[in-house]
Amino acid sequence: MLARTGRRKPSTRSVWVVWIETAFEWVIRLCGISAILFVLGIFYFVFSKAAPIFFESEFSIAEFLFSTQWYPTSEVNVRYGVLALIVGTLSVTLLSMLIAVPFGLGAAIFVSEFCGPKLKESLKIVIELLAAIPSVVWGFIGLTVMKTIIEKTTGAEMGLNVLNGGIILALMSVPIIVSIGEDALKAVPDSYREAGIALGATRWQLVYRVLLPAAKTGLLAAVLLGVGRAIGETMAVLMATGHAVNIPGSLVDPVRTLTATIAAELGEAPEGANHYRVLFMVGVLLFTITFIINITADLVIRGIRRK
Amino acid sequence: MESGPTLFGETALTRRKQRTEAVAKHVFFAMALAMIIPLALIIGYLVVKAWPALSIDFLLDPPLRGMKAGGIWPALLGTIYLVIVSLAVAAPIGVLAAVYLNEYAKDNWFNRVINLAVINLAGVPSIVHALFGLGAFVLAAKFGKSIIAASLTLAVMTLPVIIASTREALAAVPRPFREACWNVGATRWQTIQSVVLPNSISGILTGIILQVSRAAGETAPIMFTGALFFKAVERGDLFAYSLTDQCMALSMHLYVISTQVPGVPEALPYATAVVLLGAVLLVNITAISLRIHMRARKKW
Repeated sequence: MLARTGRRKPSTRSVWVVWIETAFEWVIRLCGISAILFVLGIFYFVFSKAAPIFFESEFSIAEFLFSTQWYPTSEVNVRYGVLALIVGTLSVTLLSMLIAVPFGLGAAIFVSEFCGPKLKESLKIVIELLAAIPSVVWGFIGLTVMKTIIEKTTGAEMGLNVLNGGIILALMSVPIIVSIGEDALKAVPDSYREAGIALGATRWQLVYRVLLPAAKTGLLAAVLLGVGRAIGETMAVLMATGHAVNIPGSLVDPVRTLTATIAAELGEAPEGANHYRVLFMVGVLLFTITFIINITADLVIRGIRRK
Repeated sequence: MESGPTLFGETALTRRKQRTEAVAKHVFFAMALAMIIPLALIIGYLVVKAWPALSIDFLLDPPLRGMKAGGIWPALLGTIYLVIVSLAVAAPIGVLAAVYLNEYAKDNWFNRVINLAVINLAGVPSIVHALFGLGAFVLAAKFGKSIIAASLTLAVMTLPVIIASTREALAAVPRPFREACWNVGATRWQTIQSVVLPNSISGILTGIILQVSRAAGETAPIMFTGALFFKAVERGDLFAYSLTDQCMALSMHLYVISTQVPGVPEALPYATAVVLLGAVLLVNITAISLRIHMRARKKW
């Protein structure tokens, strides 16, 4: 509006300046939609490398999803079943969430409700630094420190297993759960807290009876994003879970995840071979899973904001 | 009310309340500590193990004798190259995307789709980014496995970091600043250029610094797009790679010497991990101090 009234008067700016500015605003718009282009591009490029596999007799989508036999390089009996890999991903993710959700939400409650401003500031910095540790360093910690600890405490002969991967992933996803969970608690209006305190509630009663019910959708979103992070994590699980295609029977069994399979095998699969395409298919599967999780988390968060 | 005179004194109920209160507070405190203390111990342990190998020579020497001795110079240099190139691509696109989202976009379905895309871009697993980089930059764009392909992959991956923190910085500039500028006849872009960006520059810088730390630590996206196991580079040579070369990278090097090469002396992978971790944390601490400094100087 304001810009338009300005334009009616004879402008003192040269035509070129106005023209350059308009062009630049189009560049800004293009950058604005770049995220959409990249997400579509990711889907297109990964799917188009995977798609030819549908026309191969060796491959069937039912076997891909429901068979536990993963023999991609076998000469006589090629099998592309990723069920064991899916179970591997799920078992490590589930274990990590069993650890990370209570601790993460507990820490979020402490940071948001129980501690003073100074401690809060320092805890938030530590959490931010935790989130910054590269995944390959986490993997290295799993491979060295955690492996030794697990071998000593559980007596397992191989310290690289579901337990190791689960603990590492838990430590990795705690920061995201804490920071989103804290946001969710912060979004509960202070009037709720004041009403509770006026009725004589202690902090704990306030958390348990008022804040948790009021913030439950936001906390759910925090957990979902934690799950998304855990499912998508590659290097840490590649190094810490022991690398055996296996449906785990116990916590100390080694497994292999979807992400680790791509990372481990893509380098050896010849370009354009069926094995190579199936690995891209696994990529499509991962993209789909995380896409659904992220959309759900976003809908949940948006739901709160509208309320 | 049999205890009339001690109406505000302790009753069994208040005592119980205080007890649960204290228990709850300490349990939550313990939960917060439970994730910090083990980590501090682990990092301490890594540093202790790495100590014998850490030196300036370790940083400046190339790996020797099949990576069983020597330093990490080619990997360190490769990481620096990857970070700089990915930053040069991601920073302008990310900042301008944030400018669009915060200054131009109206709240309609299209911009909700952009928001969803940003969120999803941040949530796509790093290995899927690797597949994308391989399909799009290495093969379709015919860059081959190279620094440029790997950096572009990293740039796409780290774009959401820059967009998110730039948006936050732009949103923190009060609306009356813009209105005052429009009122003297400035166009939208003039307002952004002369008022909005100068007032949010430190927040934008913070986002860019965080992108650096993220790009430096990633392994999976560069594994198949440009990082290689070993390349011979002279000690301290700054210009060992060209953009179309493959390069070593710190994160990849750590993965390689801790899992792929047998018989590496124990201190080497520890020292590599400590250098990588130290670099990333240092960069993050810089960003955090900048943010604190900026908040203290804020005039509104």
